[in-house]
Amino acid sequence: MMATFLALLTQILHAAFILAAAPLVVGGVRWVKARLLGRRGPHPLQPLRDLLKLLRKRPVLADGSSVVTRATPYVALAATLLAALLVPGFAQGMALAPVADLILIAGLLALARMALALAGHDAGTAFGGLGAAREMTFAAFAEPALLASVLVLAVLAGSSNLDAIAALFREGSLGIRVSLLFVLLALMAVALAENARVPVDNPATHLELTMVHEAMLLEASGRHLALWEAQAALKLTVWLALLAAIFLPFGAAPAGAGPIGWVVGLVLWGAKMALLAVALAVFETSIAKMRVFRVPEFLGAALLLALLAAALVFITTGLA
Amino acid sequence: MTGPGDIAYDVAHLLGGAMLLVGFVMLGQRRIGALIAALAAQGVLLALAAFWQGHVQAAPQLYLTGLIALLAKGIAIPLVLHRLAGELPPPLRTEAPGRMGAGLVLGVGLVGLAMLVVVPATTGAGALARVDLSMALSILLLGALMMVTRRSALAHVAGLLTIENGLILAAVGVAGMPLVVELSAGGLVLVVALIAGVFARQMRERFASLDPGVLDRHRGEGR
Repeated sequence: MMATFLALLTQILHAAFILAAAPLVVGGVRWVKARLLGRRGPHPLQPLRDLLKLLRKRPVLADGSSVVTRATPYVALAATLLAALLVPGFAQGMALAPVADLILIAGLLALARMALALAGHDAGTAFGGLGAAREMTFAAFAEPALLASVLVLAVLAGSSNLDAIAALFREGSLGIRVSLLFVLLALMAVALAENARVPVDNPATHLELTMVHEAMLLEASGRHLALWEAQAALKLTVWLALLAAIFLPFGAAPAGAGPIGWVVGLVLWGAKMALLAVALAVFETSIAKMRVFRVPEFLGAALLLALLAAALVFITTGLA
Repeated sequence: MTGPGDIAYDVAHLLGGAMLLVGFVMLGQRRIGALIAALAAQGVLLALAAFWQGHVQAAPQLYLTGLIALLAKGIAIPLVLHRLAGELPPPLRTEAPGRMGAGLVLGVGLVGLAMLVVVPATTGAGALARVDLSMALSILLLGALMMVTRRSALAHVAGLLTIENGLILAAVGVAGMPLVVELSAGGLVLVVALIAGVFARQMRERFASLDPGVLDRHRGEGR
């Protein structure tokens, strides 16, 4: 009874923390990038202010847009939110931990992506279709890379449950594995592509030759745009939390640890997220955007790495 | 003693894997300059692997191997190759686009092949030696693949050195390799690299190109 209550409490706290972190992660990355480029940059909380401003505005719908345009922001945000609830943050063994399957998380993110692509198509403008086509082309490489990485983690941990994987990696009994190094690189590449970050897409421009994510949102406005922006911020936070949970699992508190353990876990979680966000900003400022036609090559390399990791893990688990 | 979770195994495994990864980076590089930088990184990783094996096996001669690898493959040869590449006109410093994807896929196939061959062939050996050996064979095959698929003579030199890196990685993983073999292999590489460098320079001066394909005509073959 007590354990159930604690699990539920950590789950609610986790939901609150990850929702609070989402605008801060996006704003923080923008702020660090601006500082690295020698600009002052907007306040880290600016995305939250934008969000609140947009939420008060009525969406303007294009002629001929259907129910898809009105429904997809909610579908995408709901799917991403559910994925966010499943990824362990400051604590492990939360109420939803038994269903926190990595394949489910991948599926939820794919659902959100499908909603976004549909929204891009719905108004019938050229840019939306172009962005959706590009997004789906990239997804054809990113999804298998993600699933192959999940396969490797599942073979190593004996389960595809993210909570179990994180708990096992926290103990450190697996040691350092080359396959984990490859999976880390593959997942980072997929994360960059999924979140439309710099080598794949530039989140700060509306340049028609390069844009992918923004092209699908050109028709969105008001409340709908706020939902899409919130979804993008939440997705970035989910990915960073996912990387932190798998590859930096130390310090996460068990659900029954009590308030002190939770505070320690929360501080460490915040530090890990900040570290990843700063690393992302540094990476983005130090690299150039690649041509759109090079992106499948980039993601194909990620897929190959994941497959290589799978081959290695099959060999070495057969050996050791 | 040697298995996952043991620090000796983990670090050796990681260094071998990093070398393999750099091998793939080299396979996917279009620019000669970046290729040479990756080659230097692989040389440094090989030196670290040799140092680590020297530490684990308590074999001081491996420190010497590591030092040779660091000085020759990590620093000297890349510097020379870099200078050679710098003398090239810019269009010749890149590979033709659109040839990399198939090479990478082939590379993964070769890694799978190496594992299929090494793992059944080494039953009875320690896990460390087996994994090290399969990685070394993979790196060797990647170097061979690079020599086959690339057109620039400098990339061929890099492929040759990758093959040699794989050989040395295999050699340092095996306990008790005689120092004489070690030194002669190291000397051989230096000579080979020297000849390859002279060859590349000669070729560039005579034919204004580093594509060995131009030699076919002068041998009276085709085209």
